[in-house]
Amino acid sequence: MYKILEKQVLSDVTKLMVIEAPHIAQRAKAGQFTIVRIDEQGERIPLTIADYDSKAGTITLIFQEVGQSTMHLGTLNAGDSVASFAGPLGHPTEIENFGTVICTGGGVGIAPIYPIARALKQAGNKVISIIAARNKDLLFWEDKMRAVSDEIHVCTDDGSHGRKGLITDPLKEILESKKENIAKVWAIGPAIMMKFVSLTTKPFNVPTIVSLNTIMIDGTGMCGGCRVLLDEGAKFVCVDGPEFDGHKVDWSSLMSRLSYYRDEEKAAVEHWKEHKCKLDKAIAEGGK
Amino acid sequence: MPEQDPKIRSANFEEVALGYDEATARQEAERCLQCKKPGCTVGCPVGVRIPEFILAVREGNLPKAVEEMKVKNNLPAICGRVCPQEVQCEGKCILTKKGKAVAIGRLERFVGDYELAHRTCPLTAAPATGKKIAIVGTGPAGLTCAVDLAREGHKVTMFESLHGPGGVLVYGIPEFRLPKKVVFGEINYAVECLGIDVRNDHIVGRSISLNELLEQYDAVFLGTGAGLPSFMRIPGINLNGVMSANEFLTRVNLMKGYLFPNYSTPVKLGKKVAVIGGGNVAMDSARCSQRMQAVQAKQTGTEPGEVHIIYRRSKEEVPARAEEFHHAIEEGIICDLLTNPVEIIGDESGKVSKIRCIRMKLGEPDDSGRSKPVPITGSEFEMEMDTVIFALGTSPNPIVFVDADGLERTKHGTAVADPESGRTRKQRVWAGGDVVTGAATVISAMGAGKRAAADMHKFLKGEATW
Repeated sequence: MYKILEKQVLSDVTKLMVIEAPHIAQRAKAGQFTIVRIDEQGERIPLTIADYDSKAGTITLIFQEVGQSTMHLGTLNAGDSVASFAGPLGHPTEIENFGTVICTGGGVGIAPIYPIARALKQAGNKVISIIAARNKDLLFWEDKMRAVSDEIHVCTDDGSHGRKGLITDPLKEILESKKENIAKVWAIGPAIMMKFVSLTTKPFNVPTIVSLNTIMIDGTGMCGGCRVLLDEGAKFVCVDGPEFDGHKVDWSSLMSRLSYYRDEEKAAVEHWKEHKCKLDKAIAEGGK
Repeated sequence: MPEQDPKIRSANFEEVALGYDEATARQEAERCLQCKKPGCTVGCPVGVRIPEFILAVREGNLPKAVEEMKVKNNLPAICGRVCPQEVQCEGKCILTKKGKAVAIGRLERFVGDYELAHRTCPLTAAPATGKKIAIVGTGPAGLTCAVDLAREGHKVTMFESLHGPGGVLVYGIPEFRLPKKVVFGEINYAVECLGIDVRNDHIVGRSISLNELLEQYDAVFLGTGAGLPSFMRIPGINLNGVMSANEFLTRVNLMKGYLFPNYSTPVKLGKKVAVIGGGNVAMDSARCSQRMQAVQAKQTGTEPGEVHIIYRRSKEEVPARAEEFHHAIEEGIICDLLTNPVEIIGDESGKVSKIRCIRMKLGEPDDSGRSKPVPITGSEFEMEMDTVIFALGTSPNPIVFVDADGLERTKHGTAVADPESGRTRKQRVWAGGDVVTGAATVISAMGAGKRAAADMHKFLKGEATW
């Protein structure tokens, strides 16, 4: 069992948790991920590391409640525990002084882009960050991102905070202005956002690294459920990634695979809500 | 041994073989001739004292039977179920020549189950030696090695990458062949008796490296198995509905997907399933598919569908155990033999809709000694399918080789280790089981774990140098 030490509600559907896990924190690096299983009945879900503290032996996760497991995880509080917590998994981000780099984080992808931006900054890069979300409520860590960036752009789809527009808008402007040479771009967020960031950088020939979050079970190369098609053939996101050259990813295959279990996800959410409703009722009645 | 009726069992996940009661077990034990030079023991990869334990069963002294068993085998309830006895102990039984070998495997299972229920002969450890051992992987090889070393008084810590111990016994072998309560029963019993420390969720090579383990432990055993799935290099392998047997079996067995949505991991299976391959894993996948179809048909009130095994050689070359192949056929699995897939075809949504295959004929024997299958020109045909499961064998997971300089690998990705002692090319590191041999059997992994434990013990006592 791994204890949740701290919980922050970043929005209705975005939660932050600091979890005690010295075995992961000791070796964790920017770009890696973990596998969480809430309880005996739980599925194994991959969650990217948002931050780590090797001295305290803790891992910080930020997740959006999109399915049954993340909804369930979101109901847990500091003091509660999760049954399984494995990692760090995948290859860490290659960090060196590339020159000027752009880090783009969309939605909950702001969380994993943060330690990468920080490491790039520490390595001497000039870091330009672009963070974006659908609306103001879904944005978080603007201050933390600002602290590790030389320049920051903030967008929302609805204009409720920062600039109204998509993450690719400022990105395209920076690339078009040609004020400086951009050595590399990182993109983490929903698949559709990473796809469009990759499409935006392609004509400028700027190497673009995306961090994929596919369906996985074990996270160690055993199931192969996470396969992604690249120009050179199929790769496993868990052991070959999670970072890949965004210009080589077959995005339509990726998005089709991501949506394959949609009906089952819906059924799982309904079942869980029903179960939770009964449980809450029983607890309320028991309390009387 | 009584079995569930094929029609009934192919719609549930309960154990197929029902096991002996005491009267039947004693009756079967009566058949043993108590040979002076028992071939059965020679045929057993771990050398179980077979005539001795059978004699005890015959005399009705079950605690004694357990004691005899545990001299060589600490996990009898598991071995009695999954060993290929027909080519091991039973294959060497003198009665084979007269028609039918003593059912050693079934008797072993009977004794193992008796012990899990009664706990008459708890494992004990010798006085502490002060030596610390790390075992990487908690499948059959690692478990056997851990138990043997802990019995010698060494302090054993096991590292498991998944959320619980057992390895392939839990994620791979289905409930209906090896109930998980039997696996956990055996493991927990041994671990509790011997004070073995089990660390789940630790991926050696990521959470901690082999070099780091060597700083903290006197010796390390690698029993990480062969967990990496293979896919054919044909068009369409990334379509939705195509998966590895590992993924499918892990969803069903480890994650208990057949109990979805009470368990959160879904198993998505269509009405027409093709399993590619002819080994035990292919049989397990096909039989699990059929049971999943039955579960889902019941939930949705539809017809269950069909399951095909597509294998490129003929029935004679099927590498699966005879009993498993027989069970699969009995349960209504359709076999497309001498057939090989050449393409998986998808619909507009990116989901499998058909599989294109080619007929094969057998040619000259190849390196493996089996006849080489040769495609018959112009024999291509298509079958409608919505799910394709690849069960084509597995290779060792390379993660354990990260930060492990000196640990040599073959071109097949297996660890180089002495087959007798299990010693690798890296000092104080032993290896055994599938990580060395490539995918093989549970009992051969247990044998390797046992031999390595014996050599590790000698080394730790100072009786052998590296």
